[in-house]
Amino acid sequence: MKDPTVCEEGHNLKQQKTPRQRMPEQDHHQRIKNFSEVPQGYTPELARLEASRCLQCKKPLCRSGCPVGIDIPAFIKLIAEGDYAGSARKLKEHNSLPAVCGRVCPQEDQCEKVCIVAKKFTSVAVGNLERFAADYERTNGAISIPELPEPSGYKVAVVGSGPAGLSAAGELVKKGHEVVIFEALHKAGGVLVYGIPEFRLPKAIVESEIEYLKKLGVKIELNSVIGKMETVDELLGNGFDAVFVATGAGLPLFMGIPGENFCGVYSANEYLTRVNLMKAYDNGHVTPILKKKRIAVIGGGNVAMDAARTALRMGTEEVYIVYRRSRTEMPARIEEVKHGEEEGLRFHLLTNPVRILGDEKGWVKALECTKMELGEPDASGRRRPVPVPNSEFLLDVDCVIIAIGTSAHPLIPMTTPGVKVNPRGNIIADEKNGQTTQEGVFAGGDIVTGAATVILAMGAGKQAAQAIDEYVRKKRPALNRAGSGLAHTSARR
Amino acid sequence: MFKIVAKEKLSDVIYRTVVEAPKIARKRKAGQFVVVKIDEQGERIPLTISDADPEAGTISIVFQTVGYTTKQLSTLKVGDHILDIAGPMGHPTPVKNYGTVVSIGGGLGTALGRPITEALYKAGNHVIAIISARNKSLVMFEEEMRKISHELLIATDDGSAGFKGFPTQLLQKLIDEGRKIDLVVCVGPVPLMAAVSKVTKPYGLKTIVSLNPIMVDATGMCGACRVTVGGVTRFGCVDGPEFDGHQVDYDELMKRLKTYTEREQEMNQRFASQFQEVKR
Repeated sequence: MKDPTVCEEGHNLKQQKTPRQRMPEQDHHQRIKNFSEVPQGYTPELARLEASRCLQCKKPLCRSGCPVGIDIPAFIKLIAEGDYAGSARKLKEHNSLPAVCGRVCPQEDQCEKVCIVAKKFTSVAVGNLERFAADYERTNGAISIPELPEPSGYKVAVVGSGPAGLSAAGELVKKGHEVVIFEALHKAGGVLVYGIPEFRLPKAIVESEIEYLKKLGVKIELNSVIGKMETVDELLGNGFDAVFVATGAGLPLFMGIPGENFCGVYSANEYLTRVNLMKAYDNGHVTPILKKKRIAVIGGGNVAMDAARTALRMGTEEVYIVYRRSRTEMPARIEEVKHGEEEGLRFHLLTNPVRILGDEKGWVKALECTKMELGEPDASGRRRPVPVPNSEFLLDVDCVIIAIGTSAHPLIPMTTPGVKVNPRGNIIADEKNGQTTQEGVFAGGDIVTGAATVILAMGAGKQAAQAIDEYVRKKRPALNRAGSGLAHTSARR
Repeated sequence: MFKIVAKEKLSDVIYRTVVEAPKIARKRKAGQFVVVKIDEQGERIPLTISDADPEAGTISIVFQTVGYTTKQLSTLKVGDHILDIAGPMGHPTPVKNYGTVVSIGGGLGTALGRPITEALYKAGNHVIAIISARNKSLVMFEEEMRKISHELLIATDDGSAGFKGFPTQLLQKLIDEGRKIDLVVCVGPVPLMAAVSKVTKPYGLKTIVSLNPIMVDATGMCGACRVTVGGVTRFGCVDGPEFDGHQVDYDELMKRLKTYTEREQEMNQRFASQFQEVKR
């Protein structure tokens, strides 16, 4: 019989002596009073110790678990050897935003889930190590600009500067194309700046990643609402060879229950945008935000956790998570739920909101809920919550934040007749290359998949960049030749 | 950065600012608006585009100093810059030849509705414009409106100019006289739009109102601008700003517009103290 402590590659899993290294965290009593990051990052010592736990598998499963295919054993080996800047360069061969992904990727469902070490012990902390290498590079001024090819002469427009757009832009510029990102808001980064809070992803990190892309030559046009200011078809007519649509799933969903338009009801997008993008937590900024005593956040995903934990930091006395299923079904990352719990979030699980009650001036005064129990599995494979008869109760709150999800942003489909959408409003695009129903138009990220993760969007951006590169070169091959010869001469002139 | 190329004080509280924004100037149509964020610390506010010159690449914004940001905007001079302007946002007015159109503006609303009236005038409609104010000295945009209307009616509360009474009474009079009216457009304070819609509803007279709910991003991303229209929640920014006046829940809109009243008072005080310093 096969020895269960020896893996397929012959690593003896009994020998693992070093435990997984915990990342130091800001104390929860302290951190709910500020917006600084919760995990504080590895020290070089901790990072090398953790890196030494990697078995350097010949056929690394972790790598196949990564949506962008990072050479995980290689970057970890460089950390173990003390070459942190080299490790960061290795990461950037496959992932243009490692400092972001090291923080917000659901590693427990990807690389770390399939780590061989996890068969016997706990997995190598791939995410923590990724973050360490990227942070080292940034804070030590070790960021190097890779050598770029000669200008190809092709021009690509990227609509949206979130994870998918940034990733596509980075890949395209490295292939020698002229890349212009059009961003509707006044700041680049998409969900990384308006959605994910400072305490989970410091905005300085996003800014630094964007600065890096600019150094590579990516142009970013802010305040540019494509579909309004210029349409996709106009971009194609005005000198762009291809357009990559990465406009995300920005449209907030509401529940359709009575009372949703009372004052004091926010979508999570609005609450988070006011705090993160508009910096309403800082009184020096003009954007207002309601400071209420008791807030109910409806939903069980990462966005619900982000909104709830933001509300705690805004000084809210009681913050409740109201979720209709049980803890096992919560889509939020375990780490986020754990952090939220430590910080004092209160969970009303198996609880479904049915009505928001308001006063005569139109302000929220309570949330009426029904208790739920789990029935048979539904289409998502999760057990369907069903109401418990006569279990209605009132939650005494003065503010409600709805975080039940978002849907595709409709502006591009509405203004681009050639681009078809599915019944849910998501752009129909080839899974492998992002090709839409219109020639020259590619799409990827949440606008195609519906709300998903940063890393999946980045993976889609990367794949589409490859397809766009092939498309533009095939479409105008003459220019391709000029790209290596003529453009070079004209650059010298 | 968007450079201010002209500025005019139209009354104690109303200003016209002309800004360089070539792409928006080329693209905008009647009924659309821009989002303005003055500086790094600023908030994003929606402001109607009251006119545009595609050749010069400029748009003009007429605004009233009601909150911190509009007050701050009124202090900017020619040559100063606005950090962020995005647009044109919202759906344009559905312009066509309806026949006879009554265009009603109240106060600043006259200037905001002017491009709509102009577009309808140019589309061949017979335009009856009604402008209103508390008294004669507050009647604004009379000459501008005269150029783009076939009949211009004025209503003042005290009768110091034109008809003594409300613009809704003038509208009612037109209806009672049996005038054939095909469309009513009203841009102004919420109570005026509600009152106009109330007058026209019994006659099934198509009425378009332009709403200005609270917005943040104005691209459909936050839902701050939720309005109930025909019992359904719509987003003012991407579904509007114009809606069927008979379907709008004005009471809810009024309440939602008061969401940040407390903060506005605080910010008005802040503006007063900051502006005093600037003056010194």
